[in-house]
Amino acid sequence: MAENAIELIGINKSFGAVRANRDIALEIPRGTIHGIIGENGAGKSTLMSILYGFYQADSGEIRVNGKPTAIKTPNDAIAAGIGMVHQHFMLVENFSVLENVILGAEGEALLTKSIAKARSELRRLEKEYGLEVDPDALIEELPVGLQQRVEILKALYRGAEILILDEPTGVLTPAEADHLFRILEQLKEQGKTVVLITHKLREIMAITDNVSVMRQGTMVATRKTSETTVEELAELMVGRRVLLRVEKGEAKPGAVKLAVKNLTVKDSRGVTMVDDVSFDIRAGEIVGIAGVAGNGQSELMEAVSGIRKAVSGTVMLDGTPIDLTGQADPGELRDRGLAHVPEDRHHVGLVLAFDESENSILGYHDKPQYLKGPFLNLEAIQKDAQDKIEKYDIRPANPRLKTANFSGGNQQKIVLAREIEQDPGVLIVGQPTRGVDVGAIEFIHKRLIAMRDQGKAVLLISVELDEIRSLSDRILVMFAGRVVGERGPETSEGELGLLMAGVEHKEAAE
Amino acid sequence: MSTPYAKLPAWADYGLIPLINLLVAFAVAGLVVLLVGENPLRAAVILVEGAFGSGQGIAYTLYYATNFIFTGLAVAVAFHCGLFNIGGEGQAYIAGLGIAIVVLAFDSTLPWWVVFPMAIIASALFGALWALIPAYLQAKRGSHIVITTIMFNFIAASVMVYMLVNVLKPAGSMAPQTRQFLEGGQLPKLGWLLAEFGLKVRPSAPLNISFLLALAMAFLVWVLIWRTKLGYEIRTYGFSSKAARYAGISETRIIIVTMLISGALAGMMALNPIMGDQHNVPLDFAGGAGFVGIAVALMGRSHPVGIVPAAILFGMLYQGGAELAFEMPNISRDMIVIIQGLVILFAGALENMFRPTIQGIFASFSPRSVGIAAKGERA
Repeated sequence: MAENAIELIGINKSFGAVRANRDIALEIPRGTIHGIIGENGAGKSTLMSILYGFYQADSGEIRVNGKPTAIKTPNDAIAAGIGMVHQHFMLVENFSVLENVILGAEGEALLTKSIAKARSELRRLEKEYGLEVDPDALIEELPVGLQQRVEILKALYRGAEILILDEPTGVLTPAEADHLFRILEQLKEQGKTVVLITHKLREIMAITDNVSVMRQGTMVATRKTSETTVEELAELMVGRRVLLRVEKGEAKPGAVKLAVKNLTVKDSRGVTMVDDVSFDIRAGEIVGIAGVAGNGQSELMEAVSGIRKAVSGTVMLDGTPIDLTGQADPGELRDRGLAHVPEDRHHVGLVLAFDESENSILGYHDKPQYLKGPFLNLEAIQKDAQDKIEKYDIRPANPRLKTANFSGGNQQKIVLAREIEQDPGVLIVGQPTRGVDVGAIEFIHKRLIAMRDQGKAVLLISVELDEIRSLSDRILVMFAGRVVGERGPETSEGELGLLMAGVEHKEAAE
Repeated sequence: MSTPYAKLPAWADYGLIPLINLLVAFAVAGLVVLLVGENPLRAAVILVEGAFGSGQGIAYTLYYATNFIFTGLAVAVAFHCGLFNIGGEGQAYIAGLGIAIVVLAFDSTLPWWVVFPMAIIASALFGALWALIPAYLQAKRGSHIVITTIMFNFIAASVMVYMLVNVLKPAGSMAPQTRQFLEGGQLPKLGWLLAEFGLKVRPSAPLNISFLLALAMAFLVWVLIWRTKLGYEIRTYGFSSKAARYAGISETRIIIVTMLISGALAGMMALNPIMGDQHNVPLDFAGGAGFVGIAVALMGRSHPVGIVPAAILFGMLYQGGAELAFEMPNISRDMIVIIQGLVILFAGALENMFRPTIQGIFASFSPRSVGIAAKGERA
């Protein structure tokens, strides 16, 4: 048998004029963990989609275990022993684990038989790989870490010998991520091949045997992980030297700009998402809120920025309360100097169908400088957008281009430029670098630090612990809706990780 | 993960695809004609000649198109806000009441050019008010506007029957309609305009100046949607209610204002048949124009530049269809409705059926002519 589980030869794929993959050659030895890194838009996901049969390459050959294999649909990929765990889980929320595992492989009309078979198979997989999960639990009741395990089980149940994981740790706590890595190690020991797509260099260094770097649709290098460094990989990804640590001076905190007291927020189902949270943010400091996604950070952020109703508590902006009834006018809050970069730029922060210039005034569209009576002052809007494009190096530099056609990093720059250029006193930022490439991350981080140094108060919410640690002057950790601890930026990742996982401070100290 | 679509050049997007849809609709309609034993080609010739072959035909075609421009614009404005206004029919019908009130009061004393502006305001007002209740229910109570506007069509029909039979009908008359309008309630015809082009138009041809009002409204709708702050807010809400909330755009206000505008546009449609042609308010004068407006808006991509030609196309089907039913006895009035239905099916509901194929063809012939469309960030 051939030594390589997967071999890609001369893969090309274009979308219109854009060449997403050009002449990709890749060898993945069997029984290894192979990392694929690259910026957003580098073509990683396209390549993996070709391998899994979502797209077909324009030219090139895929060999699985040395045999040329035509993969036209995901079914072909499954038949060839390739399984995929998507970034966004493909699970039916109100089905049980078992039902999800057999979905698409049900066999006959009556389910009894296949369920019984799946149950015994799951037990075997559980023993072999340490993939414990209650087969009768409903997906919606499982934490994300376990949901991901179900995705892996699904792939293994279908006989996958080669497992592709697309950004698997984005939604996990550090502890859950560690557990995932242990599972992957075990899979490797059993002779399975794992392909790990990520943009987190740390993970690559921690777990992979080999790593391939993609940039602008080409495969620029493949290295043995033990023989490379984070700095080299970052440089390969971006094509130039990148500052991985953010350089910043001491914070000089001033007066309290934003004071949150006993804030409690419930979601639409009546579940308490933010539970009696209090904190202050002063001028000239960045306060980071760390936490695993779904622990109330999003709701906290929306309540503070006036677009979500709070049950009780107060939020004072420069000593004056914010309307927390959910009826607040975000326009009025903007006038008072509260700017907000929402977590979800696709549906909240931007209207993707709009021109870049139209998005550059979203939320500020009733400012007199953009209007002529009831009409939009298109000339002023275009000029304003052009200025921001230059200042923030937004590419392509075309204010008339549809926003959907900008990359993630540039979309985020559009939002940041809009909010920062209004010179707010308080900036609330959610996931500023989610889906943003390394080069843009550096730029965005510098901007946030610059805001702080100008004496603005910045509230940073991010699931990227690295980002929180490198930017924040103080870190609040949220778990299950409560602030479970406040730490300095020098706090170790392990300690923050434990807090994020809800382990009490005393236990953490032990 | 969806297939990334190549984006077509504008001429193909707005010209080629609707044309192909239309041709397919006519091909299928041709099969239906064949089925009843008539020659489809001759039918097509009669249809087109009936609509455009004479000054008289053109006047009728444009007269029907006037109705559809108003209702098409009404549907389009609501579309931009993400609302589906199915109630154009009822809004137009009720607007007839507003026109009746104005005209019956003033047609004996004031000239048409004074009565007309008042009637425009009355029709817009009544249409808007009829849209207000569904809009309020949607904005405040979350009652789905599709359901409520449909219901309001039925209510409008019943109200109008009651009003025409019991209130507006002159004493002693057998017909459930208002009295004939006097000169002050009659709009000038536009036959002379066609005559300028050397076409022969009989004075009975119904084309009147509400056609010009419809074109003016098409322009104003364009200004509203793409050039004003309100239009910006409407589009923002239409694309993403969350983004609108974030931007400080009041959901309640934007839904209600948009529906008032939509209802007003639908209401103005009533001017055309009532003051322009019939010179009274009869039963059922809206005649389905509210529904055709949905197809017109779909086909015209909710853009006035698309809506006007789409409205003329449907005007052609109405006028040419009437001729066809007259010339070919095997083809009844109902057959014409089938043909119209096919056009709606292919041009509206199945609008995107041929798109992937055409995009594929374009991409393979000239990759440079197509950019890439939104693929999110997972490229």
